[in-house]
Amino acid sequence: MVFRRRISRDDFLRTMGAGVVAGSTLSVLACQPNTSAQSSGGGGGSGPEEKELNFYNWSDYVAKSTIPNFQKQTGIEVTQDFFSSNEELLAKLQAGGTGYDVIVPSDYMVSIMIKSDILETLDMSKIPNFKNVGKNFKGLGYDPNNEYSVPYQWGTTGILYNKKALGKLDASWDPMWDPSNKGKIGMLNDERETPGAALYKLGYSVNSKDKEQLDEAEAELKKQKPLLRGYFDSTQNRPSVINGDLLLGHVFSGDAFLALSQDEDLDYIIPEPAATRWTDNMAIPKGAEHPDNAHKFINYILGAKTGAALSNYTYYNTPNEAALPMIDGALKNLPGYELDSSVFDRLQIIEDVGAATREYSTLFTSVKSS
Amino acid sequence: MGKQGGRGWTLGLAGLLSPVTIWLGLFFLVPLLLILAYSFGKSGIYGGITLGFFPGNYLKVFDPLYLEIILRTLVIAVLNTLLCLLIGYPLAYFITFKGGRHKHTLILLVMIPFWTSLLLRAYAWVVILGGDNGIANRILQFLHLTDHPLTLIFTPQAVIMGMVYSYLPFMILPLYAALEKFDWRLKEAAQDLGASRWHTFWRVTFPLSLPGVIAGSILVFIPSAGEFVIPNLLGGARTVMVGNLIQQQFLQARDWAFGSALAVMLAVLLVGAIMFYVRKVGADKLEEV
Repeated sequence: MVFRRRISRDDFLRTMGAGVVAGSTLSVLACQPNTSAQSSGGGGGSGPEEKELNFYNWSDYVAKSTIPNFQKQTGIEVTQDFFSSNEELLAKLQAGGTGYDVIVPSDYMVSIMIKSDILETLDMSKIPNFKNVGKNFKGLGYDPNNEYSVPYQWGTTGILYNKKALGKLDASWDPMWDPSNKGKIGMLNDERETPGAALYKLGYSVNSKDKEQLDEAEAELKKQKPLLRGYFDSTQNRPSVINGDLLLGHVFSGDAFLALSQDEDLDYIIPEPAATRWTDNMAIPKGAEHPDNAHKFINYILGAKTGAALSNYTYYNTPNEAALPMIDGALKNLPGYELDSSVFDRLQIIEDVGAATREYSTLFTSVKSS
Repeated sequence: MGKQGGRGWTLGLAGLLSPVTIWLGLFFLVPLLLILAYSFGKSGIYGGITLGFFPGNYLKVFDPLYLEIILRTLVIAVLNTLLCLLIGYPLAYFITFKGGRHKHTLILLVMIPFWTSLLLRAYAWVVILGGDNGIANRILQFLHLTDHPLTLIFTPQAVIMGMVYSYLPFMILPLYAALEKFDWRLKEAAQDLGASRWHTFWRVTFPLSLPGVIAGSILVFIPSAGEFVIPNLLGGARTVMVGNLIQQQFLQARDWAFGSALAVMLAVLLVGAIMFYVRKVGADKLEEV
């Protein structure tokens, strides 16, 4: 899966402009997180850790108050760097010596990282707030015993659309294949989500490795391609639906909720028979220099108040049950934010499919190139 | 110069050339060899690579799916080069011969786009071309050139337009440099001898500007064959070029070996295309560049 860029509050161009500048600056910083501070400290070992923490996160994915409050409470100085895709995160860690203490990989990436042996096991005795995590978000397939990861935020992938122009739509993938919406549909430029949408539509699993099912999905996407405006990031589909260039956009739920809170004419559906639910997680990479601080930070994020503030800022859902009562009423009332178990249960989680990753890659290339 | 002087000269030269040799060796030759080695390796499922001899990566390049993408890339790159030449030549000609005292200002204007990042300029085009109510569509409708909004962006045409826009200066500057050296007296002589203006241009001016044409074409062709930003931003990821494919192998499919094989194939193709081109137009012309 690819660029799950997080939402941002500025308009499209400013976001992109700032992103380019920030991206280039940060990638430079990312190579040497806090080196001066590290060299001045006690140098790891068994002694007490220096009051520092290097947090590697998606951009715009933490509330404004989260880090300052943690620094105030603990005196630990947090340095935050940003990545824009799970693959970028993996590549950085595989290169080694990154100096990061807490990272935020998505579900399928956690399982890849466990298999690649680059995550530290968590000491749950230092994370008492794990009790706040709802049962639906504990022990998920990618880390069945939460040995390596705890959930940070979760969300769905669905359709943001213009209710005023199209009327209220049924929860289905069909509108994304409807010729009357030609030129006004934007899919995600994502090797798993977009083939996934076709698999869902056909009634198959998003993690299918069956050659025939994948061929059917490919044919379905080739049928869809002439109707599309293009394949974009979720953060691009959001403003396009708002300004009318798109009638329907394949988006992550946080982008949808941000759009919905700005424009009453829009609506968000989680299509039947299935759609993606994803979870981003906190984990500690092997070789982290401040594991104690990392545990403190993870525990702090799982606190009820922090969890609520986080979701109220990002517009994504919290896995933190203790935080639920403190979620903004306006946010809770948006369609698709609070899910009935009937909806929740039909959601699927994108898993690492091992060698079949390349089948998906070839499939999507073939569609885009058709 | 005596024997000793000769050796001093050689040592001096070696000293002067060592920075560039070390630089190119470390940052050009070593990565290139690494890609070559990778292209025969075997990719791990989660990235990384086992070195060895697995020619399968190259066989995969010949899959019709990838051949089509390579062919499309070459067509787009050639088209881009031709369009840049067609637009750039008259402009370079005008600046050189009619620019007068504004010549340097005009050349400066050609270079101004370089002052901003390509990404930002591409996003500017998204804003201009994008949307039914975008700037371009509003102007077209205001001028009554169309009565309904046109689809101007996220098409192969938009990709080519964006590439011509980005690479035009690379064509104009060498053309200008070549035309600048042109000896006016040759033109006068041709006309004195009865050649028409067209004849003079075609038989005298143009052949003498060939070094600029060759240099400009190569400077435009090579990077446009490796382009991957513009097809994504202005093409809505609907037009896949080899550059996109290579990027995808490294970042998404985690197939470094195949990505490297594609990169090597692209490099071989480009070298072949340029050798063919130079032989056609004449290697002696290139030496004048």
